[in-house]
Amino acid sequence: MTADPGYNFAYLDENTKRMIRRAILKAIAIPGHQVPFGGREMPLPYGWGTGGIQVTASLLGPDDVLKVIDQGADDTTNAVSIRHFFRRVAGIAVTTRTREASIIQTRHRIPEAKLTEGQIIVYQVPMPEPMFRLEPRLTETRRMHGLADYGVMHVKLYEDVACHGEISIAYNYPVMVHGRYLMSPSPIPAFDNPKMDRMPALQLFGAGREKRIYAVPPYTSVRSLDFEDHPFRAHRAKGCCALCGAGDSYLDEVVTDDRGGRMFVCSDTDYCEERQASRTENAA
Amino acid sequence: MAYVAVKGGEQAIRHAHAWLGETRRGDPVTAELEIAQIEQQLGLAVDRVMAEGSCLDRGLAALAIKQAQGDLIEAIFLLRAYRTTLPRFGYARPLDTAAMRLNRRVSATYKDLPGGQVLGPTYDYTHRLLDFSLARPDAAPEAAPQAAEPQPAAPHVTELLSREGLMAREPEDGQEPADLTRQPQSFPADRSARLQNLARGDEGFLLSLGYSTQRGYGNSHPFVGEIRQGLVTVSMVPPELGFEIDLGEIEVTECQMVNQFHGSRSQPPQFTRGYGLVLGRCERKAMSMALVDRALQAGALGEDRAAPVQDEEFVMLHSDNVEATGFVEHLKLPHYVDFQSELEVVRRLREAAAAEPRSVEAAE
Repeated sequence: MTADPGYNFAYLDENTKRMIRRAILKAIAIPGHQVPFGGREMPLPYGWGTGGIQVTASLLGPDDVLKVIDQGADDTTNAVSIRHFFRRVAGIAVTTRTREASIIQTRHRIPEAKLTEGQIIVYQVPMPEPMFRLEPRLTETRRMHGLADYGVMHVKLYEDVACHGEISIAYNYPVMVHGRYLMSPSPIPAFDNPKMDRMPALQLFGAGREKRIYAVPPYTSVRSLDFEDHPFRAHRAKGCCALCGAGDSYLDEVVTDDRGGRMFVCSDTDYCEERQASRTENAA
Repeated sequence: MAYVAVKGGEQAIRHAHAWLGETRRGDPVTAELEIAQIEQQLGLAVDRVMAEGSCLDRGLAALAIKQAQGDLIEAIFLLRAYRTTLPRFGYARPLDTAAMRLNRRVSATYKDLPGGQVLGPTYDYTHRLLDFSLARPDAAPEAAPQAAEPQPAAPHVTELLSREGLMAREPEDGQEPADLTRQPQSFPADRSARLQNLARGDEGFLLSLGYSTQRGYGNSHPFVGEIRQGLVTVSMVPPELGFEIDLGEIEVTECQMVNQFHGSRSQPPQFTRGYGLVLGRCERKAMSMALVDRALQAGALGEDRAAPVQDEEFVMLHSDNVEATGFVEHLKLPHYVDFQSELEVVRRLREAAAAEPRSVEAAE
């Protein structure tokens, strides 16, 4: 497919891409620090992934192979829409295979397959500030980041333990990057947090509405906040995928009737399909 | 400069209205808008005017939009002013939205569920690129494919959660719901009054309030359990008959947000509900309403109430755009008398200050 001739390659003009790349470089240089950038109006609504789309648009070259997932799946409507968008304005190759992709744009998941050196994962981020529920004022949180004053978050976790006996954050579980900056991992399930630690791939985070970019360079330490006597634990639904039998993947609950019937399937469709294919091969 | 007495106003108003009529019509070379065109082709504007005008009549709403030159708050005002002249002959039975004939139904909490996901005629996954082909009149668009099978039953997502005990059921207290069009608001308000207020409230106001909850001003941790849009039957029991009769169908949008709740002394942790129901296809409004409804339950659920959106009085007394636009815009009416008295006070105070210049310096 060739790119729509009415638009510059990958939609954004080259000056805008350069501005975004500078923000990305700065973000990589200061892991976990939120870098403000001049986010542009995009033809998809805020909240649909405009930050991720701008980051991806500034990274894409003609030889890139793009994978877009939403909730782990390539076939969710928003993923389909964003993939179509880049097919249209950049004419690049797309894939659903995690291993084949050079850039993976994601909303709310990290693929189950281990990402490798040379790959880039671009997270769509709704609220880049990890402490916004505790302190909504940006002037305050900026000061707190500057002083590495993360007491409020530790108190919040402590209160969770005191009230519920455990830390009750299920997604968007705060992480400490390179021992310095508190960071929102975006609303991925806490299950995915350990995958971020020392990941060989470059992790970039784009928040379009809030106009922030941040990054975790390859092989950087990413630690989920916890306490010695209440260590971080990654939770998933109990059971195995009904389609591929995986017992280690993150599962979606699918309601099958209105009498309490339900099944669990892999949220990562590529992982699930690959496992199903290899099972068929083995059986044959 | 000539002194313009108020008596000149009568002619000025007459002339202004003539000018307004001319402006509304625009260049007479272009064809005049027909009400049917507005009703058919500006359908979402018509829906918004009906919803916030609290009057379900597409033709009247379209007329109001034409008369208001597309100023929707002005159109809402026109429709409200007409509505208030209509006699009230009774109250309908509660709508059964579980039995809705669905045009759209999406859940963000389950990938698939009984009744399925139905996108319907949505802008959600369009790319916002101007479609220049719409700029020239053209033949009818391609016919949309029709589903071969009838829509299966689609129970509410919140009902599925309630059956598992994961979502609080709304208690039915058997009380007649409030009617703010008949009784003035009073505080604390009950939920029925709040919901009616929000359903009539300004879309933009609710949108911004809902947005503020997502940015940390009043935490709500929302998920769209379900949005459904379609036709529901309206029925009522006329006192002279004593049994229920169907009056017809209306199009509504319903949104149920599923929100985290950590529990309290008397209640175990479970999900709570934010509810939005709006006439017509006003999805942004229904979603905003559900966020605000949930935020306003903070007090009842024993949560902190610190953000504006959690303040019932603040929200309910400022949500109505006809009231708000009236009071804001009234500032352009003559205030000569009040201003004159202010002038006198300021002059007097300045004279007093000038008489004691040292006191100012001493204070510094």
